[in-house]
Amino acid sequence: MALDETTVREIASLARLHITDAEMEKYRSDLSNILDLVAQMENHDTSGIKPMTHPLDAVLRFRTDEVTENDQRSKFQALAPNSENGLYLVPKVID
Amino acid sequence: MFSWDPRWEVVIGLEVHTQLQTRSKIFSGSSIAYGAEPNTQASAVDIALPGVLPVMNIEAARMAVKFGLAIGAKINKTNVFARKNYFYPDLPKGYQISQMELPIVGSGSIDIETHSGSKTIGVTRAHLEEDAGKSLHEDFHGQSGIDLNRAGTPLLEIVSEPDMRSPAEAVIYLRKLHSLVRYIEICDGNMQEGSFRCDANVSIRPRGQEQYGTRTELKNINSFRFVERAMEYEIERQIDVLEEGGIIVQETRLYDSDKHQTRPLRSKEEAHDYRYFPDPDLPPMVLDNEFIEAVRATLPELPAAKKARFESEFQLSHDDAELITSTRENADYFEQTAGQTQADAKTVANWMVGELFASLNKHDMDIENSPIDPHDLAKLLDRICDSTLSGKTAKQVFAALWDGEGDVDHIIETKGLKQITDSGEIEAIVDAVIANCPDQVQQFKDGNDKVIGYLVGQVMQKSKGKANPQIVNQLLKQKMS
Amino acid sequence: MTLKTLTQLSSLLGSGEISSLELTQDYLHRISQSDLNAFITVDEAMALQQARAADAQRAAGDNGILLGVPVAHKDIFCIEGMKTTCGSKMLDSFVAPYTATVIANMNQHGLVTLGKTNMDEFAMGSSNESSYYGNVANPWGDSSKKLVPGGSSGGSAAAVAAQIAPAATGTDTGGSIRQPAAFCNLTGVKPTYGRCSRYGMVAFASSLDQAGPIAHSAEDAALMLNSMTGFDHRDSTSLELPAEDFSAELDTPLQGLKIGLPDEFFGDGLDPEIATLVEAAVKQYEAMGAVIKRVSLPNSELALPSYYVIAPAEASSNLSRFDGVRYGHRSEQHDDLVEMYMRTRAEGFGAEVKRRIMIGTYALSSGYYDAYYAQAQKLRRIIANDFNRVFEECDVIMGPTTPSTAFAEGGKSDDPVAMYLNDIYTIPANLAGLPAASIPVGFNSDNLPAGLHLMCPHLQEARLLNIAHQFQQETDWHLKPAPAAWVSGDE
Ligand SMILES: [Mg+2]
Ligand SMILES: [Zn+2]
Repeated sequence: MALDETTVREIASLARLHITDAEMEKYRSDLSNILDLVAQMENHDTSGIKPMTHPLDAVLRFRTDEVTENDQRSKFQALAPNSENGLYLVPKVID
Repeated sequence: MFSWDPRWEVVIGLEVHTQLQTRSKIFSGSSIAYGAEPNTQASAVDIALPGVLPVMNIEAARMAVKFGLAIGAKINKTNVFARKNYFYPDLPKGYQISQMELPIVGSGSIDIETHSGSKTIGVTRAHLEEDAGKSLHEDFHGQSGIDLNRAGTPLLEIVSEPDMRSPAEAVIYLRKLHSLVRYIEICDGNMQEGSFRCDANVSIRPRGQEQYGTRTELKNINSFRFVERAMEYEIERQIDVLEEGGIIVQETRLYDSDKHQTRPLRSKEEAHDYRYFPDPDLPPMVLDNEFIEAVRATLPELPAAKKARFESEFQLSHDDAELITSTRENADYFEQTAGQTQADAKTVANWMVGELFASLNKHDMDIENSPIDPHDLAKLLDRICDSTLSGKTAKQVFAALWDGEGDVDHIIETKGLKQITDSGEIEAIVDAVIANCPDQVQQFKDGNDKVIGYLVGQVMQKSKGKANPQIVNQLLKQKMS
Repeated sequence: MTLKTLTQLSSLLGSGEISSLELTQDYLHRISQSDLNAFITVDEAMALQQARAADAQRAAGDNGILLGVPVAHKDIFCIEGMKTTCGSKMLDSFVAPYTATVIANMNQHGLVTLGKTNMDEFAMGSSNESSYYGNVANPWGDSSKKLVPGGSSGGSAAAVAAQIAPAATGTDTGGSIRQPAAFCNLTGVKPTYGRCSRYGMVAFASSLDQAGPIAHSAEDAALMLNSMTGFDHRDSTSLELPAEDFSAELDTPLQGLKIGLPDEFFGDGLDPEIATLVEAAVKQYEAMGAVIKRVSLPNSELALPSYYVIAPAEASSNLSRFDGVRYGHRSEQHDDLVEMYMRTRAEGFGAEVKRRIMIGTYALSSGYYDAYYAQAQKLRRIIANDFNRVFEECDVIMGPTTPSTAFAEGGKSDDPVAMYLNDIYTIPANLAGLPAASIPVGFNSDNLPAGLHLMCPHLQEARLLNIAHQFQQETDWHLKPAPAAWVSGDE
């Protein structure tokens, strides 16, 4: 399935990836080729088959409601590109 | 009261996010206590470090089931967590763990009392999800600050059917829901702290038209009053737009309580595509009957049952029963008071609905914080029963109790409010009044019965309200006949 | 120097012939002299400290079988205080503040961490050419013939093959342990999904990822697995099972073993020389008492397309956390929040990662979900059902691990789809969650190793290792050192 440039831009924007004009054609054709590979599954009849999300059909396990974590803010924020007064800083959020 | 052009019918559905009052987060062992220093309750899982994984808190599942049972909803014994993908700085993983196709609670309903009778509001579903963090918009050198303490707090999102036909009706439903989640102790209902948040889907359509109009979503309105006003504004706005030949755009709008208007969310209006898919880190939740029945056993008496019982067991009026069972705290207060006083339940109800609620309202307080506890009120009513207090002096004692002037007997003592029941003492006052009011005595003797009220008043005044009115009445009649 | 297995090193430590400190120093020296680019990070001080601690523990009477044995870890595992990059620029500055459960388990057994091995970026690749830290050389190649070690656990495989680490951890989402093991003449095991905790392992595709060992022999792999596995309450998909000794059944004779050979694994696209080596290995098994059955996995051709929907879809979501807010790379070039995200992720991720994120995003997007993601998940069940049926009539399924031997650097890096075809035989086990292994079965005319692929029913790792070990008792392919392996006296 051949993707057009507009679709690639939309996907990239949804995925928050900046794609330069120079890169565009390569991504467009690579993604189209991968979709061609994927297309092999298109016509296979799967009616009545339950989707399998977990390889062992596992069931959710619970934890008890206990506070087990303590404050590790300074350790974690040492990793942050930008933080101040215990807050992570980002370009202004507009809502 | 808010009204609008009756040619338009209003359609409202509510999505309510209730914060479940667990100890720890839904998928991590961090505390959810309110008000901590920023990011001190944000663990490796909450800040989504590479490699971390969610593990489900069983209490959140119990609380969701409890709610489902309370509204007679279908419990989905197999329910599935899904990822809702979008980028936002208060959403550390880049997705919110929520439920999409198979929520834990399926359809149920809630009955409400409107001025035009009772009405059933459908609940489409209720699903478990995690809360996001908070973006703080104070200026940090032109940037926003992110606090992830709230990220991962368990939420139950309760989605109603579009069954409400006015903002007032929506608020009645909302209050009922608010009361219910507190009744069953799954949410503290604190709207200021964001424990109970409401989004409203509002649309209008020409009356008689079956098809729904385009709706707008009003986000996160943090008080009952604002919910109502926001919906009122939005209805007027939509009517104006349509009557001027415009169209309603499906969008999310924020209510500005200062300006009393709604405005579209400014953030990028790109079409949201959340790419929901089952979370591979969390296998399906499978609940067995044993689990569900164990939760059912923890359900308290629900408001409707309680109300019916109060009407039959205590002979309360429909309205009193409604008011008294409107919150679990009110109902508990009532039962505790009635249980320790000789006064009859009806009197307890009168005092609660009258004096107590009036004082609480006046001081904008909840019953849990009432300075007069059930024990105080019971004692006060006992003192009326044993004729220590009259209705009038009892109100004085009530006021003193409210102001924290000590216990009932102490107040009666120090204020000298004990009713005079000794006929000798009262007789002396009665004699003095008869002597001082020959005209009124004559009128009485001439057959004017009503004048006795004046004479009783004179006696009461002289006794500073302490004389027992029945005895006064009796003595007056006796002496003037 | 002849090749030393983990088992041999363990007995040298046990007899006191060598100390952990000496052994660790020796391997650190080998690493420092190696030019394969197999490691991203080596923390000598940490390794030596762990070795000294192991020696002290041994002196105090602890005779744990792996106590003091040095190993290498794929740089996908978080280790507190150590840089954890996952082969990506995105995490170039990331020093993990916590330790993965698999590593904590191994530390508990007294294993010493030599360092973190190179890998395809975020484990996406089959040649180790997508690493931000450069290609890894396969020690079976040479400077005139640069070969890839396979991927994504290419650094781990190269390090073990070159004997600069006695064994290493890897992870396998679609073949990332078994394919490099086959390319480097090693034994690689992908356990049943859920055996090894995924906590602390940077996620690629959550429903497929599984950690496992890369070693010289099945015996070594069993020891490694004993130290890596175990129930972890931090991973909701971790199997809640009692501890198991994967070495326990190694010596069981194979008399009567039923081997299934699916026709689908011997079709077009398989290098005939590999087919010959695999057939010879099967003959060897027959000689050892096994019975061969021709079986069919009729939906095998659907595995690759399903995988290339499921894995990218999960990855697209898993990798959303890399947004430059709380850790990792953040672009300097931005005027607003959205641009910060777009540039950060464009700069931090390499081309293959971006391709997969975009494919996954597309497959999940509205209007395409049913045709791609839901369809792939249904096919996944069909594929798993095929295995269940075949395992009713055989104990193990065998075939080639890869369609070709190690290829030249740059040979496929321009064509993603050609690269993906490398994993055609390994992917089905991931989709079905089965335990699987690759073991050496000899060399082609260019003296390049090939792997035999073994798959067993869920939870039968001990049986799988038994089947591999018995073969290695009768053959010595696995003991043949790579031409570019460390040779003592190199200095
Ligand atoms: Mg919603
Ligand atoms: Zn929600």
